[in-house]
Amino acid sequence: MNNYELMVIFTPVLSEEDFKAAQKKYTDMIEENAGTIVHSNPWGLKSLAYPIQKKTTGIYWVLNFEAPATFNEKMKIQMLRDDNVMRHMITKLDKNAVEYNYTKRNGGFKLTQKAEA
Amino acid sequence: MAKNEIKYLTAIKQEKPKKKFCRFKKYGIKYVDYKDIDFLKKFINEQGKMLPRRLSGNSLKYQRKVADAVKKARQMALLPYVTDLLK
Repeated sequence: MNNYELMVIFTPVLSEEDFKAAQKKYTDMIEENAGTIVHSNPWGLKSLAYPIQKKTTGIYWVLNFEAPATFNEKMKIQMLRDDNVMRHMITKLDKNAVEYNYTKRNGGFKLTQKAEA
Repeated sequence: MAKNEIKYLTAIKQEKPKKKFCRFKKYGIKYVDYKDIDFLKKFINEQGKMLPRRLSGNSLKYQRKVADAVKKARQMALLPYVTDLLK
């Protein structure tokens, strides 16, 4: 089991329900494959730094989860098939990163923590 | 006292350049978050390019981590690849 962080950019045309449904689809998929959700953080609509697929905005979703190492390939296939997903990235988190995310979630830092929202 | 010694009425100011330091080592930051755009912007110039270590003062270990974070942020369209007047 490893800690991972998934970041997805969905197309901006998704409605609120579609967005929720898409989130649920992937969280369910993780749980079916013996993984656990640590934290889910939907950022919502955000403007992109450069256009992707001729769109200038996207709906961001960040998910921290724990899963076996073989799971990510399956996830990747699903992501690439999904038309609603414009881009996705899975990052492996080391112990410092896990600690960082944990303190950040509980309102720890003072330096420059404003990236959320 | 030597005869050829030059004397000034007021001492000449010699500004010592400030010693640069690695802010990660100093403040004990161990993980560079690619989602924290405001923080990453300190390490890139107006065109969105990485600043060299000579200017940022980062140690090699953390310069590499910053570079990785910036690249990830670019991939996820949080930072632009090319731009003007970023700041």
